[in-house]
Amino acid sequence: MDQHQALLTYCLRRGDDNLILSHRLGEWCGHGPQLEEDIALTNRALDLIGQARNYLQYAAEVEGKGRTEDDLAFLRSERQFVNTMLVEQLNGDYAHTICRSFLYDAWHLPLQQALTKSADERIAAIAGKAVKEVSYHLRTSSEWMIRFGDGTEESHVRAQTALDALWTFTGDLFVQDDVDAILVKAGVVPDMAPIRSAFDKTVETVLAEATLERPVDGHMATGGRQGKHSEHLGYLLAEMQYLQRAHPGAQW
Amino acid sequence: MTEAQHITKERILALLENVKDPEVPVISIRELGVLRDVSVETGVVVVTITPTYTGCPAMDVMKADIEHELRASGIQDFEVKQVLAPAWTTDWISDEGRSKLKGYGIAPPERTADIRALKGAQPIVACPQCGSKNTVMLSPFGSTACKALWKCNDCLEPFDQFKCL
Ligand SMILES: [Zn+2]
Repeated sequence: MDQHQALLTYCLRRGDDNLILSHRLGEWCGHGPQLEEDIALTNRALDLIGQARNYLQYAAEVEGKGRTEDDLAFLRSERQFVNTMLVEQLNGDYAHTICRSFLYDAWHLPLQQALTKSADERIAAIAGKAVKEVSYHLRTSSEWMIRFGDGTEESHVRAQTALDALWTFTGDLFVQDDVDAILVKAGVVPDMAPIRSAFDKTVETVLAEATLERPVDGHMATGGRQGKHSEHLGYLLAEMQYLQRAHPGAQW
Repeated sequence: MTEAQHITKERILALLENVKDPEVPVISIRELGVLRDVSVETGVVVVTITPTYTGCPAMDVMKADIEHELRASGIQDFEVKQVLAPAWTTDWISDEGRSKLKGYGIAPPERTADIRALKGAQPIVACPQCGSKNTVMLSPFGSTACKALWKCNDCLEPFDQFKCL
């Protein structure tokens, strides 16, 4: 693999993470537990779709084969998506949705902070824009984790259950392969070790305040970066891509 | 291209005063800080804009409005360029822009995009209706990506705040 191929894959990974999580959060639209939360979730979905567009536009340019951001979003199949498995997990109850976002945000913020120093100007610019938005995301999901964990007996149990169920997918966030190795060497992307430390620190602080217990690292599910996914992604794509598959080239 | 000699940066800037934020139609893209640059070289106009939020759907509308405004004035040779860096900050909203926001019922953002606000220190925000500082944030995410939702404890009106970024 050369650096060009690595850059393309990396942009797809960043784009797919944001696109798939954005779609999941968008599923709450009109179903939020209260009006403010409905709006807040879809606002975060909008930020993420903007970040996804930036990365997929860049991926399309790097690939240089005439595909557009829309082709990449709507015409790739499940095995061609390289998002982390965490983001494709079902919404579940509200604690589950918040917990999924919290784990993602706790990783996403230090990653974007590091990417602002990327040797690739375009990635540095995308991250420079995203980093302030992601700060708001982490702040919000942290506040909700604390409210649930340190809330009623029921909210505590639900938050802990969500955390226990989702923990296995945090492994996928920190996987590094050839793609990362090439780009780390070129100064385009950061090494994962300091990102991991920042993630651990955020998780520790928030869970302590939330009176929740950090699950033990057991079997960690990985494979999303290689296009191996849980059963949920196929169903998500079937819905998300339906219109372009049924009516190719449709515009509105 | 007899028109070319009449196309000046000043003229374009004056034209672009007519392009407003579609979500806050009292404030122009210049006052909002979205308009970054206008250049005119050998008759070609280049307008550079930057998004407020990454996913801001108003950007496409603003771009189309700029194109419309230029065409309507007989300017054919132009390009509207979007740049991400340097990243937009609420500090770029002009003083006139800030007072127009307030007049429209939206509390302007805190003065500096200081990291404390991003990290969670609650700002003191005056109610744009009655001026009271006895206000409370209901949600950091409001009617659009750039706004937070607040409530005034004195006049009891809810209001939007353009949040610090
Ligand atoms: Zn008031």
